Amino acid sequence: MNRAVAALVIGLILSGAAHSIDSEGPLPTPELQARFEQLTNELRCLVCQNQTVADSNADLARDLRDRTREMLLSGATDKQIVAFMTERYGDFVLYRPPVSPKTWLLWAAPALLLIIGSFTAFLVIRRRSLTTDLPEEGEDPFPTTDTNHHA
Amino acid sequence: MRFILPVAIFTVLVGFFWIGLSKDPSEVPSPFIGKPAPTFSLSELKNPELTVSNLDLKGKPTLFNVWATWCVGCRQEHEMLMQLAAMDVVPIYGLNYRDDREDAKRWLKGLGDPYVAVGYDPDGAAGLDWGVYGAPETFLVDPAGVVVYKHLGPMTMSVWREQFMPRIQSMSGSGS
Repeated sequence: MNRAVAALVIGLILSGAAHSIDSEGPLPTPELQARFEQLTNELRCLVCQNQTVADSNADLARDLRDRTREMLLSGATDKQIVAFMTERYGDFVLYRPPVSPKTWLLWAAPALLLIIGSFTAFLVIRRRSLTTDLPEEGEDPFPTTDTNHHA
Repeated sequence: MRFILPVAIFTVLVGFFWIGLSKDPSEVPSPFIGKPAPTFSLSELKNPELTVSNLDLKGKPTLFNVWATWCVGCRQEHEMLMQLAAMDVVPIYGLNYRDDREDAKRWLKGLGDPYVAVGYDPDGAAGLDWGVYGAPETFLVDPAGVVVYKHLGPMTMSVWREQFMPRIQSMSGSGS
């Protein structure tokens, strides 16, 4: 038991060292490194679609990370790198797809749902307040305090 | 009367799910359809002194098949590719993706070689330019060197008949 706990603790300590999944170290400047992380976290790995290129262990994700790194080192802008990726893999590679005729519904959905929801809520609340204000037919307009009696 | 709204919502949801769940989420629309094939120039698998490039994919309809020895689907479709090569409708060019040259040569020796020529792409650089993300992938390129269609996954007879043949026939029909 103690051994298992010790192994777990050591494992957790060592896992801190496994911060980066690539053998290459960080990029030469913190600014480049920050852009690298930003970019790879915005790109989707197409093999394991719910992981970003930064997260994934897949060979393809590694290729895309390497390519991003190379392009950053050769002075490409973020825009150029994203364009490079979408040229090859389509908008699907972006976790934040651009607004286009195909995606406007996706982008507008939160606002639309909020409007529909508040409208429905408004209707329901108003109807309830109307029905509680006016006693319905056959209902005792002067209910006694003993509510259990009616229920 | 009071059932109309729930029934309508239910019907719409069923419609959405019907369409959404019948799609294969791993199939990503290729941005290359209707665009010229990406440029590449690779050493040929069996004859390293020769090169295979996008210029080889011009002048006639061609298939461009991405494969590797580590890829299970490629093993599955190999028999089909051999049949296609025997039918001799379109030349098949290969892209040996992220593979080992010796392994790949052994594979072609053992299973037969349906390819006119195979580009050897050990680091996946050409694959990246073609937007490859899951071998096997098969592209149909028209005589002008424009990508017309992409099939993800093993080639089968029904895919060939339904997707590839009509497109190839319309190419030769248009006199190109």
